[in-house]
Amino acid sequence: MTIDELYEIGQNFRKQLEGFSAEIHVCCSGGCFSTGGLALKELFEKACAARNISADVRIISTGCIGLCGAGPLVRLFPSETLYVKVQREDVERIVDEHIVGKRVLTELAYPADAPFFAKQQQIALKNMGRIDPESIDDYIAHGGYEALAKAITYYTQDGVILEVRSSGLRGRGGAGYPTGLKWSIVRKVKSTQKYVVCNADEGDPGAFMDRAMIEGNPHAILEGMAIAGYAVGATQGYVYVRGEYPLAIERLKKAIKQAERTQMLGNRIFDSDFNFRVDLRIGAGAFVCGEETALMASIEGRRGQPRPRPPYPSQSGLWGMPTLLNNVETFANIPPIILNGGKWFAGIGTEKSKGTKVFALAGRIANTGLIEVPMGMPLREIIFDIGGGIPDGGEFKAAQTGGPSGGYIPMQHLDIPVDYESLAQVGSIMGSGGLIVVDKTSCMVDLARFFMEFCMDESCGKCIPCRVGTVQLFKILDRMTTGAATVQDLHTLEELCDMVKDTSLCGLGQTAPNPVVSTLHFFRREYDEHILKHECNAGVCEMPALDEPAPVAAAVPAVPAVSAAETVPAAEAPAGKKNGGSKKKST
Amino acid sequence: MDEIKTLTIDGEIVSAPSSATILDAAMENDLHIPTLCNLQGLDAVGACRLCLVEIQGQNKLQPACTTRVEENMVVQSKSARLQKYRRMIVEMLFAEGNHICSVCVANGHCELQNLGYEVGMDSVRFDYVYPTKKVDATHERFVLDHNRCVLCTRCVRVCDEIEGAHTWDVAGRGIGTFVVTDLAGDWGGSGSCTSCGKCVLVCPTGALFDKGKAVGEMSKNSDFLEYIVNAREKKQWIK
Repeated sequence: MTIDELYEIGQNFRKQLEGFSAEIHVCCSGGCFSTGGLALKELFEKACAARNISADVRIISTGCIGLCGAGPLVRLFPSETLYVKVQREDVERIVDEHIVGKRVLTELAYPADAPFFAKQQQIALKNMGRIDPESIDDYIAHGGYEALAKAITYYTQDGVILEVRSSGLRGRGGAGYPTGLKWSIVRKVKSTQKYVVCNADEGDPGAFMDRAMIEGNPHAILEGMAIAGYAVGATQGYVYVRGEYPLAIERLKKAIKQAERTQMLGNRIFDSDFNFRVDLRIGAGAFVCGEETALMASIEGRRGQPRPRPPYPSQSGLWGMPTLLNNVETFANIPPIILNGGKWFAGIGTEKSKGTKVFALAGRIANTGLIEVPMGMPLREIIFDIGGGIPDGGEFKAAQTGGPSGGYIPMQHLDIPVDYESLAQVGSIMGSGGLIVVDKTSCMVDLARFFMEFCMDESCGKCIPCRVGTVQLFKILDRMTTGAATVQDLHTLEELCDMVKDTSLCGLGQTAPNPVVSTLHFFRREYDEHILKHECNAGVCEMPALDEPAPVAAAVPAVPAVSAAETVPAAEAPAGKKNGGSKKKST
Repeated sequence: MDEIKTLTIDGEIVSAPSSATILDAAMENDLHIPTLCNLQGLDAVGACRLCLVEIQGQNKLQPACTTRVEENMVVQSKSARLQKYRRMIVEMLFAEGNHICSVCVANGHCELQNLGYEVGMDSVRFDYVYPTKKVDATHERFVLDHNRCVLCTRCVRVCDEIEGAHTWDVAGRGIGTFVVTDLAGDWGGSGSCTSCGKCVLVCPTGALFDKGKAVGEMSKNSDFLEYIVNAREKKQWIK
């Protein structure tokens, strides 16, 4: 395969496309799939067959178009008309009016200049929803693998790294480590074997960016990985993808096979001496395996548990070899950076956060879906212009970023620019891109409890602060939401937050208290009201009125409560007492 | 050849080879840093977080058992914050399992109990979890009492690294984590167990003990580790 042959594949495919007078793209990703996207595609096929225009119309299922809340979505080309909430009975009408009659059905069409699309800037998501994710030719026709060809043919390894460095791209997994720096470290470490790993173990509640990207355009990730492999000198790549994403796995498998067949992966890629293979490793459902050292342990076939760093994976990763580990979105940004140059990318975004960021909008927001915006866009614009604000006349309360590791951004900080530094300043994190909006119907104590329960369930059990600390934190929060907490509990809660954050082994434990710390900071009144008045403003928590006796918080088996240290007299049953069982009452 | 580094631990200037950890350097100079999961001779895993120390110029607390010494490092192991955290960690361990010293075979010889004394734990402020846990007495010579296990994984490591049998491993996650033999079967039915008893000797609590031992009778001695490790690594048959 040479670069000319690559162009030829693209040209041939484009010529093939010119043979069609119209294209129907039916979104079959995530939300649209569950609202019947696939059935729609079949109906369109039938309708076209019935009108004898099958040969003229290309009907494909695509990846996520973005406006998931208004699914199923159907986009028609060449007019690029997007039809939303398409029902089965609309199919015939669309074919008759739009395809045959060439008239746009205005009542179903989504306005092209609506802020949801107009305010976005798509780089990582550029081809997603516009190509057939199962066709490598379609990807090549849209400029795919050109960056890989360019990198291998015209760039030195250091040149690729320099380009990535100058782009200012930072890790999109959440921590924001400079990607170019990471690459240059792996490149410099001397080793006979190096690895490139793509972290697709997306586990944050409410986040679906990685999934949509893999399902919608798997080749972009493979291309990014191959470029990374070339730059750092690796010959083997792994994609670690969640077992809960069967379609993503299937698409990746297919994409790898296609890429190998077209010699985009394998030996002597683009007639160079660069060899690169990609294999899949499928996660078994542990959130902690998104942590890099646990992820690598899992790839090696060991128990998915983190280990202390340093050594960092870039020095000693998979099987002790230098390993480059990046997130799906980071890899998806690489081909455009190579094609358009690092300077172009660095021109987007803010001074310290370059480029764009993909967000998954979820929660109480009108336009649930997947968006990509330039860094530094004010949160208000994302939520109210692109997201369309709160549905049903609800009132905004807070936005949550970063999942169980992140924090809440309240009303008064709505105007902060969304970049790594600004989010950290208000006690949240960029995270991988989950953005959950809550309105007045949500109780912040209850939300903190929810995320703590998540972390408690997902703790691997290796280090004590995370294994036991999250349980203790959860118990206190649970008492608060059932009206059994005391003021002392609030102090213990704060103490525990500090301790779990400072002493845990890995990121999961270190960030587990974040939702609590953040809600305590901005919504402390709600905590006070829960404890002192048994009031829940949002009406979520059911608590007995104050004069009633508080319920026993946790089921305490009838075991004689004997403390182990001999110096301590038998401690009282810990949970049932209103003061939370502290030492004051023990004698 | 290792470079020699000098560093300050709790105000004392000490020297150590660059391959040494902060804990190694402290132990060599008789400076005490509390530990639980660590055992000289086994790989350090940094799981118990008791040996966390403050290093000047670093925000994060680092485990002394896995952090290598560096030139001019200034280490503080006894700050008020660390002492507080250590006590909380020990309290958490007591709250997590069913540790009842008065009826325990290891009473008086227990590292967890000693840690309780050391950190000045006079009560447990956290909720006791009172988990329902099993006792495995199927082995001919030894007993495993999950109620007393602190999940230090010393047994897992000694079996894998020293004995080479890898009978032990860890199953479950979060608070439900527990040690298992082979594929979570009975210990007595384990095909890989050599009944060498190393795991029993390294266990810091009364979770693993000899059958037939009564309250307070199970004292443990892990000196054999030093002997084996010296023999293997230095080819010296000395204790």
